[in-house]
Formats: sequence, structure tokens, C-alpha cells
Amino acid sequence: MDVRGNGVNWSRFRLGTTLTASAMLLVVLLFACSSASAIPAFARKYGMPCSSCHEAWPKLSPFGQQFKDNGYQLGNDRDAPIFQSPAYWPIALRITPNWHLEHNENTIVDGPNGPSSAVTTVTTRGFDYTGMDMLTAGTLAKNFSFLLVPSSDETGAFHFESANVRFDNVFGSSWINIKVGKFELDNLLSEKRILTLSNNGGFYQNYHFQPWLAPGQAEPSYVFGIGDNQLGIEWLGHSANDRTRVSAALLQGTDGNPDFQSGILSYAGRGYEGFITASQGFELGSLGLQRVGGFAYFGQAPTYPEYSQDGAPIFGTGIGNEPYYRAGFLGMWTFRKLDVTTMYFYGHDNVFLATGTPSNLGTAGLPEGAHAPSWNGALIETNYAWSPQLILINRYELIRMRQQTLGGAATDTYTPNPGDLGNVDALTFGFRYYPFINTRAGFAFHNEYSIVWNRKVQISPVTGLPIDLTSSSLFFGIDFAF
Amino acid sequence: MRNISSLKFCLSVASALVLPLAAFGQGDQAPAAKPASHMESHIGNLTGNSDAGRQLYFRYCWGCHGPHGDGNGENAPWVTPQPRNFVAAVFKCRSTPTGTLPTDEDLYNSIRRGFNFTNMPSWLALTAQERANLVAFIKTFSPRWVTEKPGTPIPVPAEPKLTIESIKHGGELFQKLECWKCHGQEGRGDGPSASTLTDSNDQPIRPYNFTSDNRSKCGSTNQDLYKIFMSGVDGTPMPSFADVVKPEDAWDLVHYLRTLQYNNPSPELTLWESTPEGKAIVAAKQVKETATGSGFKP
Repeated sequence: MDVRGNGVNWSRFRLGTTLTASAMLLVVLLFACSSASAIPAFARKYGMPCSSCHEAWPKLSPFGQQFKDNGYQLGNDRDAPIFQSPAYWPIALRITPNWHLEHNENTIVDGPNGPSSAVTTVTTRGFDYTGMDMLTAGTLAKNFSFLLVPSSDETGAFHFESANVRFDNVFGSSWINIKVGKFELDNLLSEKRILTLSNNGGFYQNYHFQPWLAPGQAEPSYVFGIGDNQLGIEWLGHSANDRTRVSAALLQGTDGNPDFQSGILSYAGRGYEGFITASQGFELGSLGLQRVGGFAYFGQAPTYPEYSQDGAPIFGTGIGNEPYYRAGFLGMWTFRKLDVTTMYFYGHDNVFLATGTPSNLGTAGLPEGAHAPSWNGALIETNYAWSPQLILINRYELIRMRQQTLGGAATDTYTPNPGDLGNVDALTFGFRYYPFINTRAGFAFHNEYSIVWNRKVQISPVTGLPIDLTSSSLFFGIDFAF
Repeated sequence: MRNISSLKFCLSVASALVLPLAAFGQGDQAPAAKPASHMESHIGNLTGNSDAGRQLYFRYCWGCHGPHGDGNGENAPWVTPQPRNFVAAVFKCRSTPTGTLPTDEDLYNSIRRGFNFTNMPSWLALTAQERANLVAFIKTFSPRWVTEKPGTPIPVPAEPKLTIESIKHGGELFQKLECWKCHGQEGRGDGPSASTLTDSNDQPIRPYNFTSDNRSKCGSTNQDLYKIFMSGVDGTPMPSFADVVKPEDAWDLVHYLRTLQYNNPSPELTLWESTPEGKAIVAAKQVKETATGSGFKP
């Protein structure tokens, strides 16, 4: 006990003062705030609070999804730009200043025995900021709409995250909506509207997973993520109340990259890919709107290019296409303020793609023991919207390899992969608090912890055995959009 | 002590004399009714709950209608027409006589349908239960829901057979009732009185333009049209014609009004255009539509 001077218990005094100050801060935080937004340009256009279209921005509510599906139109004949003040400019900006900590266990570093000879834990922390999105979207005329998102990374290097035009309600039917350009796939669980932001939790593991060739060796020949925006043309149909949704897209096999460039080897094929999705919503009494659906992506990637005279691959000439696909089912369940999303995911890559083998070499060119890899994945995400101003977030994802690329029994000439090579477990939880909600801008205190376990993905330089890579992020951000 | 006792006695006597007088003075003023803190709505098999509706209101509605439901949301100054004032509880789209409260179903349908050419969208994406909850909550803003009951819905008799005669008779009524003064001879909402019209908030209001392909505010069916001029559109200059138009005449008027909707195919328009007279009139009135809904004659 810390008793000094005139008999005052300073320890108790400091504790009381701290508690009082904390309580006052909490009261100030809670009551200085009124009532919340992702493209505030829409909020400004329609004068509606962010919470109308977003359960918690950027995650869409059913009303927001219907607005998006209808080509960013409310359908009250006030959507065309002619009804806006000429000064209205449909631009919103979003960036997140933050403090974050990154903790990586089993990081291979230089050691006493030379480069990459030791294993240690690396922790970095400090103030930082995210990349920035410029979100411009809206109608050009009734039933003609657009989305353009110039986006920069945190160094200021820009690319176009989205660039598309839409023809909505063609022939007066909500079942005919066409989108052309670069766009997010009609993923029922939208990664572009994910509620988490950290390095480990800011994306869906299942959407980007590709199997490992061997510990320390990533799959070499192509890059693809179902969560990546893609180039192509999409048809979307939906019922008037958006309960039934179907879409099909014809896509360029470049993973959204321009100039026919894609993948590690920087060449893309001339092939097209396809994505289909369908879902059905239904009402369950006072619990709310439930939705079940499925999706499938049918891709193909070249295994070798044509070369110019100097031996460089020529963009867009990739040949020897081999297939890959992803498919899954989703359930989006609402229990009043609690919503639960469940997803089953399945992936399969062709053996030539998985081993980086030009297919013109035939099976004789494949490494010994090579198989077409396949895997299963699952996700469960629970969000509790305490109020439009506060949402609690929790997500768990897993990926389990079903067939390793280099599997089977060991022989004299090759060592098979561990059965759990590449398996992933990822846990993320946090909350977002929106101190105010208005019809002009969006602001959120974002707090998140995320941890990802990647199994056996590297070789320990110390033991020579495969070891896990475990990464975690702690993220405190101020997410704003205006 | 005696002085204090005397003072208490005097105050007591004075209070006994003055308070009844004060109460008597206010006796002719009934205490103002207060809105109910909890309400229910009943739409078909649905029972809406205002407590659940409150959460929805403060997610979706308050930006325009305001936290107090008085139509003074933070966005209200930029909204034309102004958002509905739930405290006044005067509603445009009703199935009930003018001046009366609407039924729960009327409010439910308004939320489901939205209002064209206003900032009020269709809330079809919400679940039926959510819309019912919102109806219940809206009713907690006005004491009218405590002191009054909704009006009895105006009966809508079966629609008589569509004939050329009914269309022509409807046209005669359009002239006789002077509908054209506001809606214009061709139904474009440009009659001689149109520019002078204001709503109950003294805000300019435009009569409905039948020639646009947009549905009217209170519904798109013939029954909806019938109800509009039999119940009136409260809060606007559009009166109720229930006392001056017989039901069969009202249906004739409905049939005629449909022929003004050149860009909205209907049996009435098809029948009308099947006659040389009707075809010539429609052709003479035909306009080119712009993407904004305004028309011009080529």
C-alpha cells in the first residue's frame, strides 16, 4: 500500500482518478456522438444515412444490396443526374490512418551460420496508413450507371480497382442487367465490403488460397483470387425485391490485370473464364432475412507463352491452357441483430498448373508423384450489430488440403509433401464503432486482432524440417470516408 | 412558534381558495393528449411492434423524417417535397375518407411502394415484418393515433366493363370536374392553376403528369386511381370527390385517365386507340419522352 505525506492513500487516489477519467472519457465518447456510411457520395445524393445501405459500412444491408443491384438507383425517378444540383460531384475518398502491430513467428532470418540460417520471431509496430480508394459511382442517365475506383497503395502507386459501366433494367426487366469492364465478382460474401482491415484479417483466406508445390515453394505458374476484381462482362438478374439473384460472367483470364498481363510469369492466355452464382433469400418471421446460395468459377490458365526474338514472353499469347475451378455454398443467417455467414469452399487446380509444367511436355514432363491438388475450405463469420453505431465482428476460416501436389508415398527419388502442407486456420475478431452517423460522411473507430496459422509452409534452416508460419496483426484504425 | 403556525394556516386557506379557481380557469382546456409510447400495427397476419420499429427507424428513416418524426431530419432542408411529418399525421395515400387517419395497411403499402419523384424510395427489400414494425413505430409520434381511430376504408365497387362510352364519359367528367385546371387538358400536369399550387407546408407542388410513364404516388392499379380521387390526397390541393362523384362515374374517369398515359400501355389505351377518334387524339397528343420524364412534342 502506498501511503505518503498527510495520510492520503495515493495508490487508491490514482486508481480512483483513473477510473473517473476513464468513465468520463467513455461518457464523452458515447454522448458526444449522435447517431453512421461506404460511398458517402450516395449518402449525399439521396440524403440517406449510411446505415440505410450498410448494416455497418462497408457491409451492405439488404436495402443497399438492392440499390447496388438496381444500378445504384432507388427507382423513385430521381436517380438520373439531371435531378441533382449541377454542383454535385459523385466522388468519395476512403483511407484509414492506423497504428498496427505485426507479429510473425518462425520467420527465417540471417544467423551466425550465414544468410537465412536462423529462425526467430519478428515483431514490427507503429503508426501507419492504408492505401486510399477514390470511389466514384452513380448514374449517367436513367438505367445507365458506372463505377470507377482509382486506388492507390500506401506509397501512392495507383491502379484501377474497378472501372465498369452498367446497363440496368434492360427492356424494363430487373432480370436483365449488364456490366462491362473491371468489377468485383458477384460474390455473395463481398471481399470489397469486408469489415476487417488488418494485414492478416483484411481478406478472405479462402478467396485467395493457392496450394503449395512444396514447403517454401509457392505454386509457380499463375495467380488467381476469386476475391480479386476481374475483367469481363456480367449478366445479373434479380427479382424486384432482390430475394432471388442470379448472375453469370464471362471473364478475361488475367485476374483483373490490364494489357493481357497476369501471373508470376507475366503472360496471359487468350482464354475466357466463367463465374456463375445464384441465391435465394427468404423471410423467417421476426428473425429477419435469410439467404442461401452457391457459386462456381471455371478458370483456365496458360502453362507456357510464345516468345519474342529476345526470349521474352509476349503478353497475351499464353497457350497450353489447363483448367482450375473454385466452387462453394453460402448461407447468410439473420437472428435479429446477430447475423451469421457460413461458407463451404472447394478448390481444384490442374496438375500442370500446380507444378508449373508446360503442358506440351505431357505427363512425362511432370515431377515424379505429381497430382492435381484439391482442397476444402470453410468460413463462419458472426456479426452482432448492437446498434447502427456499433458492430462486433468475429470470423474463423479454415483450409484443409485434400490432395497435395506432390503426394503419395515416398520413393527413392522424391519426398512427398506433408499431408497438412498449406493448411490454414485464421481467426479474426474486433469491433467497429461509428461515433456519428449522418447523411454526408462516414467515420469509424476500427479495432481488430487477427491471427493466421499456415501449416508447414517453410523449411526450418535449423532442423531442415517443415515448420508453420504464424502471423498475427493488432490494428487500431480511424476509418473515414467522405 | 405561534406566528409560524398562523402563517401556515393562512397559506393553507389561500391555497384552498386559489387552487380550485386556477383549476376552474383551465377547465375548458382539455389536457393535451400525448402520443403512445408503444403501438402495434396489424396488416393481415402480421403484427408490427413499435419497439422493434424504433431500431429500424433510427437506421433508415431519421435522416429525412427526423428523430422526432416531425419531418425535420438533417436532410430535410434539401428535400422536395418535404418529408412527411408523422406528428401531424396527415397522410397522402389512404383508403380512408379525407381528413381521417389511414389504415395500417395504407401506411404499410406506402413504405413498400415508395413515392415517385420524391426522396422516398420503395422499401421492398425490407422484410414484411420489418415494414409492419415501422408502421407501428410511426404511430408513436402523433397523439392522433391515441385519440382517433383510422377511417373506414372507402368501398371500391367492382370495376364495370370497359367500353368506349365509359372512356368518353370519363372525358366529359374530366372537363366537368375541372380536373384540367391543374392536370392540364392533355394530362401533363400543366393546367392553368398548376404553377400556383402549394401543399400544406406552403411548398410548391406539381400535379401528377399522366403522360409520363411513371406510376402515380399512391399506386398503379385502377383500384388505386379510383381510391385517389375518392379519398383525396390529404395535405395537397387534390380534394376528395367522394361527395360529388358516383362510383360508376368514378370508374369512367379512371378509364379516361388511363388513355392519357400514352407511354404506359393499358387495355383502356388500346381500346381508345382502336377507334379513329381516339387514335387521332392520341397521335395529336403524343410526345417524345426524355430520360428525365419530361416530354416534348416532336
